[in-house]
Amino acid sequence: MQVNNKFTMTVLSRSANESFARACVSAFAAQLDPTLDEISDIKTAVSEAVTNCIVHAYKNKIGNIYITAELLEPNIIRIKIRDRGCGIENIEKAMEPLFTTAGGERAGLGFAVMQSFMDAVSVKSAPQKGTTVTMSKKISRRFKLNA
Amino acid sequence: MSVEINVTGEVVTAYLSGEIDHHNAKEMRESIDNAIELNMPTLLVLDFKNVSFMDSSGIGLVMGRYRNLAKSGAELHITGAEAGIGKMLKLAGIEKLAKLEGR
Repeated sequence: MQVNNKFTMTVLSRSANESFARACVSAFAAQLDPTLDEISDIKTAVSEAVTNCIVHAYKNKIGNIYITAELLEPNIIRIKIRDRGCGIENIEKAMEPLFTTAGGERAGLGFAVMQSFMDAVSVKSAPQKGTTVTMSKKISRRFKLNA
Repeated sequence: MSVEINVTGEVVTAYLSGEIDHHNAKEMRESIDNAIELNMPTLLVLDFKNVSFMDSSGIGLVMGRYRNLAKSGAELHITGAEAGIGKMLKLAGIEKLAKLEGR
């Protein structure tokens, strides 16, 4: 798939960066002319993935979160969120709705939200090496091109 | 302030505002829990009318408060959730725990 545009950013796993990261990705996605609902879906999915890095991957430390977003033909955004944290022992279990290792105040819905709000989500992880979440969404054009 | 608390008789209403994510949910939870402890309500209303964004941290907030209230048999209502927040509440099946009212 042809990549029409791309940006990368690295942020520390500080919780203040959750809102910063989702704002950056949604501002970039605006180039695809998304609806407000689509922007809201993207912001939510990014927020979940970045929060996972902070709460799980770098549980008791601060590390880098690497975020890449690409705009692909035909009007698709692909977002990669990668960490070099503790990794996920059992990805299938981690992706089950309501499963969490983080205790009572976390809903265990992060991956379920990403899967529900994006078209495709894939997770690659190796214990002690880190995790990469890749997700994509096709954006409907509000205004047709060449109109 | 991200939470404003109103107490009328046995009803505590928490007006949430701004964005709810992992970063700021803790402060919101603490304000609401303080109000529950202080007032022992029979009904807690969480008002989402002025919430512009919420990820699953908001669901954690709702579920945690539900558990706190269940100890004393108090009820939980949710009001004012617009489309995006409604979608998140629905995904989590919150209607099984709390009465949802439109805005």
